[in-house]
Amino acid sequence: MKILVCITHVPDTTSKINFTDNNTKFDSTGVQFIIGPYDDYALARAIELKETSGATVTVINVGLAETEPTIRKALAIGADDAIRVNSEPTDSFFVASQIAEHAKGFDLILMGRESIDYNSGVVHSLVGEMLGLPSFSPVMKLEIEGTTVKMSREIEGGKELLEASLPLVAGCQEPIAEWKIPNMRGIMSARTKPLKVVEPIGIESNVKAQKFQLPAAKGAIKMISADNVGELVSLLKNEAKVL
Amino acid sequence: MSSIVFVESAEGKVKKTSLEAVAYAHAMGGSVTAIALGSVDSSELESIGKYGATKVLHASDSKLNQGIAKAYASVLIQAMSQENADTLVLAGSSLGTPVAALVSVQLKASLATNVVELPSTSAGFVVKRSIYTGKAFSYVELTTAKKVIAIKKNAAELKEVGASVSVTPFQPTLNDADFNAKIISTEKATGEILLPEAEIVVSGGRGMKGPENWGLIEDLAKALHAATGCSKPVSDLGWRPHHEHVGQTGIKVAPQLYIAVGISGAIQHLAGVNSSKYIVVINKDPDAPFFKAADYGIVGDAFEVLPKLTAAINAAK
Ligand SMILES: Cc1cc2nc3c(=O)[nH]c(=O)nc-3n(C[C@H](O)[C@H](O)[C@H](O)COP(=O)(O)OP(=O)(O)OC[C@H]3O[C@@H](n4cnc5c(N)ncnc54)[C@H](O)[C@@H]3O)c2cc1C
Ligand SMILES: Nc1ncnc2c1ncn2[C@@H]1O[C@H](COP(=O)(O)O)[C@@H](O)[C@H]1O
Repeated sequence: MKILVCITHVPDTTSKINFTDNNTKFDSTGVQFIIGPYDDYALARAIELKETSGATVTVINVGLAETEPTIRKALAIGADDAIRVNSEPTDSFFVASQIAEHAKGFDLILMGRESIDYNSGVVHSLVGEMLGLPSFSPVMKLEIEGTTVKMSREIEGGKELLEASLPLVAGCQEPIAEWKIPNMRGIMSARTKPLKVVEPIGIESNVKAQKFQLPAAKGAIKMISADNVGELVSLLKNEAKVL
Repeated sequence: MSSIVFVESAEGKVKKTSLEAVAYAHAMGGSVTAIALGSVDSSELESIGKYGATKVLHASDSKLNQGIAKAYASVLIQAMSQENADTLVLAGSSLGTPVAALVSVQLKASLATNVVELPSTSAGFVVKRSIYTGKAFSYVELTTAKKVIAIKKNAAELKEVGASVSVTPFQPTLNDADFNAKIISTEKATGEILLPEAEIVVSGGRGMKGPENWGLIEDLAKALHAATGCSKPVSDLGWRPHHEHVGQTGIKVAPQLYIAVGISGAIQHLAGVNSSKYIVVINKDPDAPFFKAADYGIVGDAFEVLPKLTAAINAAK
């Protein structure tokens, strides 16, 4: 079985977000980059499948050269080889078109439920539709029996158990697998694993990012004494008007 | 502009977030046709007109009682073609978001999800999206005539602008191949207020000490007609189900009021609550980082404050 895992290179979850160039560019000063946390679940499940059923695992990222340390980390965790599509990931449609170009022939395409920078939550659906494959997200459990895939998918207020056939695309989230940490041997071998750099296919995007904005700052907090919870109730009622 | 709005329902009732999508389409201007799939109460469908739909279509085939994104997308494409609609509007959800994506591919439409405001149309068609898990916004231009917009909760104000309309049956061609998954079973909290849609959320963290103490959280939630949530360690420890876990890697909520009890306010938790209108923090540690992100705070022991607060809310009714 051939598995493709799509990974993002995103600011660590504790990062403060800032923009430069008149709010048109992300400011990466002092920011640590990681494999997207959901993509990390997808990768962990792929490695489990590799260990239990001898699958091969390829990772793909659409990004510029700066994402290579993140791709190497995925190789260190256990992926066999990698593809980097050499382009800025401008929008979901663009990224999905690039991934679809390289995803043919894979039995299982695993992604995160969403990227934590763009937060579109759609690249898996887009890639699936572009390739004519079913796609499911967010998947919390994924078991393969022959060509049948048994999944549990989170829905509002609960979950749904479903079955579909390979090949398919899944957007993953916990508790599908436990995050894996690379060991020394993995890190050493990752240096020599194949990482192929390919140029993007020419497609025209139909969405154009114009500028970024930070949320308005919160006003000062009002503290209320623990002995006077009635005051909180009246503030919520009369000042915030939420009761 | 002519819009189709995909209306989701649960237990026969139209979801409030879908009514917001109708209100959004109405506020954008042009004609607005709402469409519901599967079994939904007809009185519910008629009242969609009040929020701005001039026409309501209902594809009631029982095959559509299960939400299979591919089959739904195909029905919506047929409805858009029949109504000559150029824009699909819906509320982002575990069903709505994939449906939006599938439709956008088929129609070569520009797609935006997580949209938080009405578009600005002074120079191109520009929507505002929430990005970096609520830590920022981006303005994006949708450049094609065909558009698919998935909104976030509170993107449009819900107000009555019209009257009920009669429902028109819609009979799409259903293609077996579009039912590309078999739903074996659904486990879903019934009768409860669902976390992603709740106007008030009461959430507990590790400071609640154990699952046996959740009655205190539930009592307050009940008094406020609120949904209950929790921090990640609480669901990791199995104290609460995973679908209650709020934050960067869990549910992102956008209620009018979020009450956090015994939660320290780690940045990953805040990422899930930063779209809340008001935040109340109850924590025994005055230096808990959550206080910096809150509107109202009480420094105190949850086990003493919660019963008093619940009583005060009930007394104020
Ligand atoms: C990649 C990544 C993703 C993550 N995603 C999420 C996420 O989505 N959601 C999330 O919540 N976390 C997430 N986390 C974890 C996060 O960093 C914190 O560890 C977590 O939010 C802490 O949970 P907590 O506040 O319940 O527990 P703690 O940090 O242990 O805080 C407990 C709080 O309770 C207070 N307290 C104790 N006793 C009482 C009492 N009797 N009365 C009142 N207050 C009391 C304490 O003062 C303390 O502030 C993530 C972490 C990582 C690395
Ligand atoms: N630039 C990218 N390169 C590779 N995979 C990506 C990229 N962007 C998004 N993905 C994948 O698509 C998933 C959903 O992303 P999104 O639709 O942006 O929320 C992510 O969790 C990744 O698995």
